[in-house]
Amino acid sequence: MLDVTVIRKDFPILSRKVNGKPLVYLDNAATSQTPQQVIDVIVNYYSNYNANIHRGVHTLSQEATDKYEEARKKIQTHFNAEKAHEIIFTSGTTHSINLVANGFASLLKSDDEVIVSALEHHSNIVPWQMLCEKTGATLKVIPMNEKGELVMSDYANLLSNKTKLVFVNHISNALGVINPIEDIIEKAHKVGAAVLVDGAQACPHIKPNVQQLDVDFYVASAHKMCGPTGVGMLYGKEKWLNKLPPYQGGGEMIAEVTFEKTTYADLPHKFEAGTPNICGGIAFGAAIDYMNAIGFDNIATYENELLAYATKKLLDIEGLRIYGNSKHKTSVISFNIGNVHPYDIGSIVDKLGVAVRTGHHCAQPIMDFYKIPGTVRASFAFYNTFEEVDVFVDAVKKASQMLT
Amino acid sequence: MHKIKTTVTIKDIQNDIIEEFSMFDDWMQRYEYMIELGKSLPLIDDQYKTDENIIKGCQSKVWVHAEMKDDKVVFTADSDAIITKGIIAILIRVFSNQTPKAIIEADTGFIDDIGLKEHLSPTRANGLVSMIKQIKMYAIAYQTQLN
Repeated sequence: MLDVTVIRKDFPILSRKVNGKPLVYLDNAATSQTPQQVIDVIVNYYSNYNANIHRGVHTLSQEATDKYEEARKKIQTHFNAEKAHEIIFTSGTTHSINLVANGFASLLKSDDEVIVSALEHHSNIVPWQMLCEKTGATLKVIPMNEKGELVMSDYANLLSNKTKLVFVNHISNALGVINPIEDIIEKAHKVGAAVLVDGAQACPHIKPNVQQLDVDFYVASAHKMCGPTGVGMLYGKEKWLNKLPPYQGGGEMIAEVTFEKTTYADLPHKFEAGTPNICGGIAFGAAIDYMNAIGFDNIATYENELLAYATKKLLDIEGLRIYGNSKHKTSVISFNIGNVHPYDIGSIVDKLGVAVRTGHHCAQPIMDFYKIPGTVRASFAFYNTFEEVDVFVDAVKKASQMLT
Repeated sequence: MHKIKTTVTIKDIQNDIIEEFSMFDDWMQRYEYMIELGKSLPLIDDQYKTDENIIKGCQSKVWVHAEMKDDKVVFTADSDAIITKGIIAILIRVFSNQTPKAIIEADTGFIDDIGLKEHLSPTRANGLVSMIKQIKMYAIAYQTQLN
């Protein structure tokens, strides 16, 4: 069981006011808040052992290097990667995806095909479009149904021996629907295609096991799981990471440099050119510790209760429609009221202290599917309360009264 | 001899609006007023709601059309979000039917005074900041034609 009163004390930001009202933060799918335990790690880093890593012989550099590599191991353990060097530190999910897309540019041929899902964030569409433009490969799309689920029979038909890569998010950021990635991975492997899963939205809610999933690449951002912004990770199977060429040239990623030839460093340094976000990486590790101490089973149980409660209360509002009605969902509710524009609802609930996201959520193809300009999206975290759901629903009711 | 005032200046209109808004006690009344403005006004002829006239924000869409009548620029505009449309109604009231020179020289600081500053933040991405830029661009273009 999870004690939300105790947990909330860990998050200083949750006690601030917005527009004179207590903050009700329901934009967790955009970024999560940071607990004191993680803030302390950041302060401690800059107060005590800030130094550049991997090259220094002095004590501070050694301490920083140890902590940074310790964080890599924490991430390895959390995602159950076989080897620590299969974890590459990046600046976030988008960077991780671009690193893989860039690497595949040298592996794809013009008659190859890549498959992406209709539920993707723009960051998991655009790099692949660029990749296809560069290589002449064809981009195919797994369609979605009215409930916001992928049409798996169509996916099976898209796969062939031409398919080299499949990209899909674990959980849709716009709708919160959990995709059947086990099935997607298994089918892709049967035709010899590699699979990249974008776990940005999944990692705040569930603990992925990359070996059990047998996924080829898995990517995530720290800032969605109680860590800082500007740091994330790429998991890649060793055999794939060895096949991909380096993404950026620079310090740290080399073994030997002469003007005639440079040989690259071994994994993971081959993909970590330049000075990394050292403090961010260490804090990422601390965030993972924090979430594991609460426990992902406890988090899932509690968030599902919040989701069910909020869904039921919202549906009592006349004209309110929820997008993404799959049974397999995380604590995200994307909705509209009649023809009211989401911007108008978002503006009014903000005045009442409630932070929600409005707009197309960087997933325009989904909005086009439903023929809407966007939605209001409330996304709940384990530190939100049932009382906050009440405040949020009342704010939406008020907005609805004013606007309809 | 004192000069007879023949036109209402942008500053006069802005002051009128500030005075009107000062009657409201709280944000809710201000928003209700803007929603009313947004609902009641037909702001643009449908023929001008074209892709060419569209300003795409991440949030709401804004259409702006401009034409020259006598020596004044007449603006019409619209939005798919009602609060954005209410603010457009205010902006049109300020900038439309003014000379290009007056529009170029005008500022939009009055928006702060009426408590709607957050809607004119570039990060809000509702199309309003781009709309003001567009209004100024039209004024500059017409001014160039006059010179």
